[in-house]
Amino acid sequence: MVTLTVNGTRHTLDVEADTPLLWVLRDTLNLTGTKFGCGIAQCGACTVHLEGKPLRSCVTPVSAADGLSVTTIEGLSPDRSHPVQQAWIEHDVPQCGYCQSGQIMAAAWLISDTPDPSDADIDRAMTNICRCGTYPRMRAAIHHAAELARDAMKTA
Amino acid sequence: MTREGAATDRTNLSGLTRRAFVKATAAATGGLALGFHLPARAAAMTPWEVGETGTEINAWLVIAEDDTVTIRVAQSEMGEGVFTSMPMIVAEELDCDWNQVRAEYASANRSVTNNRVYERMGTGGSGAVRRSREYLQQAGASARERLRTAAARRWNVSVDSCRTDLGKVHHDASGRSLRYGELAAAAAKIDLAEEPAIRTPGQFKLLGTPQKRIDAALKVDGSAVYGIDVRVPGMVYATVSACPVWGGTLKSVDPAPAKTVKGVLDVLQFEDAVVVVADSFWHAKKGLDALAPVWDTGENGDASTAAWMADFKADLDRKGVIAAESGDAYAALASAATVIEADYDVPYLAHLALEPVNCTVHIQKDRVDVWTGAQNPESVLGAAAEITGRPPEQVHVQNCFLGGAFGRRSQPDFARRAVEIAMRLGETPVQVIWTREEDTRTGHYRPMSAFRFKAGLDADGKPVALLNRSATHSILAGLRPETVQSGLDGSSTEGLEDQPYAIENVSVEHHLKRTHVPVWFWRSVGHSQNAFARECFVDEMAAAGGHDPYEFRRFLLGADTARLGMVKLLDRVAAAMGKGDAESARTWLKAHPGLLNVLEVAAEKAEWGRTLPSGTGMGIAVAESFGSICAQVAQVSVSRRGEVRVERVVSAIDCGNTINPLTIAEQIESAVIYGLSAALWGRSDIENGRAAQLNFDQHRVLKMAETPVIETHFALSGGDKWGGIGEPGLPPTAPAVVNAIYAVTGKRVRSLPLMQHDLSWT
Repeated sequence: MVTLTVNGTRHTLDVEADTPLLWVLRDTLNLTGTKFGCGIAQCGACTVHLEGKPLRSCVTPVSAADGLSVTTIEGLSPDRSHPVQQAWIEHDVPQCGYCQSGQIMAAAWLISDTPDPSDADIDRAMTNICRCGTYPRMRAAIHHAAELARDAMKTA
Repeated sequence: MTREGAATDRTNLSGLTRRAFVKATAAATGGLALGFHLPARAAAMTPWEVGETGTEINAWLVIAEDDTVTIRVAQSEMGEGVFTSMPMIVAEELDCDWNQVRAEYASANRSVTNNRVYERMGTGGSGAVRRSREYLQQAGASARERLRTAAARRWNVSVDSCRTDLGKVHHDASGRSLRYGELAAAAAKIDLAEEPAIRTPGQFKLLGTPQKRIDAALKVDGSAVYGIDVRVPGMVYATVSACPVWGGTLKSVDPAPAKTVKGVLDVLQFEDAVVVVADSFWHAKKGLDALAPVWDTGENGDASTAAWMADFKADLDRKGVIAAESGDAYAALASAATVIEADYDVPYLAHLALEPVNCTVHIQKDRVDVWTGAQNPESVLGAAAEITGRPPEQVHVQNCFLGGAFGRRSQPDFARRAVEIAMRLGETPVQVIWTREEDTRTGHYRPMSAFRFKAGLDADGKPVALLNRSATHSILAGLRPETVQSGLDGSSTEGLEDQPYAIENVSVEHHLKRTHVPVWFWRSVGHSQNAFARECFVDEMAAAGGHDPYEFRRFLLGADTARLGMVKLLDRVAAAMGKGDAESARTWLKAHPGLLNVLEVAAEKAEWGRTLPSGTGMGIAVAESFGSICAQVAQVSVSRRGEVRVERVVSAIDCGNTINPLTIAEQIESAVIYGLSAALWGRSDIENGRAAQLNFDQHRVLKMAETPVIETHFALSGGDKWGGIGEPGLPPTAPAVVNAIYAVTGKRVRSLPLMQHDLSWT
């Protein structure tokens, strides 16, 4: 049995300790926004936040998250209002969209950790694969999202 | 549904005029409730969540009482933007409010059982706009006229006195107006005496304006449903291991180790594969990992790309089947002042779409449901009908968002396998997911090719002869063998047989090759490798004569020669042609006028020729494919140790006219990045008959940090030209980069990928 708090809801689950967190999210909790792309932590489509930090859930045994808090794309905001989501729509980022949950989770952490990221910061933080090649628009959207987040901080 | 059956149906339809076709497909009675109502503008494509009703005006569109317009999309949304661009075409004519438009997939079942009501449902060949624009415009125009007629009848005024705008019909004389939602039920019952004419580009209001994707909202919160996200009550999961050597068979497997894994329900054996069924994907995978299947790899267990490449290259020493010929290339080579020669080659390539192939199947007594992401849901439907022995009417294929495709998902092999698995499971629904490694191992690759180019140059460095031989694994030899009886496969020689440069004596020859590797359409198909070899050799010809690669291309594409310091060459061309005058020579040279313009726009925007820092250079290339022309200038830096960085790629594109310029820019960016991954690192080697690189640790692809600045400029020729856009941005990328590397290092890269070469320089 493991206990996870996912998007604010606490779950006690009867799953084997070695099951990757990705499959617990997708198949046990039916949170299908987090994607399977490679299974070896290369592509990042499975990126979620564990205690606020990005993590590749396809190689993370669920036991490593026992007692901890997980945020998935479904929990980033209730209404697509997170600055990264807003900027993603504004910059028309997604193409096929399959990698975007992971990309958005990586970007959300980046702007929370580095409120005014440089291009070099973006290069370092954004290591997920996008086969459609949305990288130029993601870069622009991250700068915009950071600005939105800073503005929101000032207002608040 | 067989391929022949489909062809017959299409032939029957093509006997109808476009306008009659729309009429024939109009709903016989109104009020058919098919509308979806979901928070976002693209339905999430879970067909069991059907909500609000509306009135179907024709097969393509439904209007709800609140004026929401749902437009059916018969092409597959795989990132190329058809969920936005296809509805735009209908909405342009419908005069509705674009903000009230939603998109949903057209039904493959309905198309197959209702006289191909959706015409062409396959997506590929950069053909979505090119091949469906007219009938989509017609569907929108027809609906608009029926709404206008319905309003006129209600007001008892002439149709001509009514106009449409933003989802309303207005009668200006009386100041009255009615919303489409109020008119839809009446409009659906109207038969037009004559179908209206469709608009031309000069009349467009919506088409040609940049519009953001209507599916973006679903793709930023995880709610977009891909095939792998489908959930059917009672569903089990399965995963596959097929013989790693294509064509091999399963000799034996002991299922016991899998059956001890928690959650494993069954181990299924097929002629060439073993499948584990479980209560979750992870349990199925654990079960499969526990097995040690014994394979009979057949006659190809020792095959390798290294040996095949030697065989392909050996063919280049022999004259091939003539694909195109003019003048006498051999004689002109013999008398040329200078002869240069170079061989090129490219490897097999996997598609590596990010969503591993998967398919969900539920077989019931009188119904078969299939959920997947397919580039051709009709071919999936046909395969499911064939395998289950059910009539096509009973088979329902729900297409989902495709997590990338690039050609891979036009092959229905994975759906076939999933249906075969479901056939063993009674009425239990099953989702079959391939691992990344298995997806790659059993993939269908971009063909491997080898090329030879030989050019004869005159004393001024102008090419007088071009001999080109290629040896390429034929896609059509496996797909439609009857089309390659001549020894030629057009998908192998495109971009070579129709090379655009004005050279008097040309021989384009081909050797059609096959191996046991399944090959398939990969983004830009033959152009992906042929433009690389051709455009790199054009640079070699330019360098041999001491000419600038850009000016050299301009000359060969018919530019004003006076600007090139080659004033007498036009006369020589005329003499060589035997036509005597410079004007006819100029006409001949301008057989491809569009290429010149596009080339010039790219060079101008990239500031071709400007001084760059040491270690940085520019390369240029141009290619016409899928009805569009794309020229690119790549700016590349190479460190003395040979580390390559592509800094900037400037594209000029002529697709004639535009539907959604925003999509076009995005597709060029996408194609450049996909092409760069292939050029820099892409290779799918075959060793011991099987794929050597299986996952992204071995298949490096471009990431954010390596992505250049990408600029896209339009060089639109307008008129009746409607070119494709999903692929034409790819062919010039590799040669532009390779030519830039030469500009820096003086090294010619003649074999892709780049990473295998030492590019250090001093």
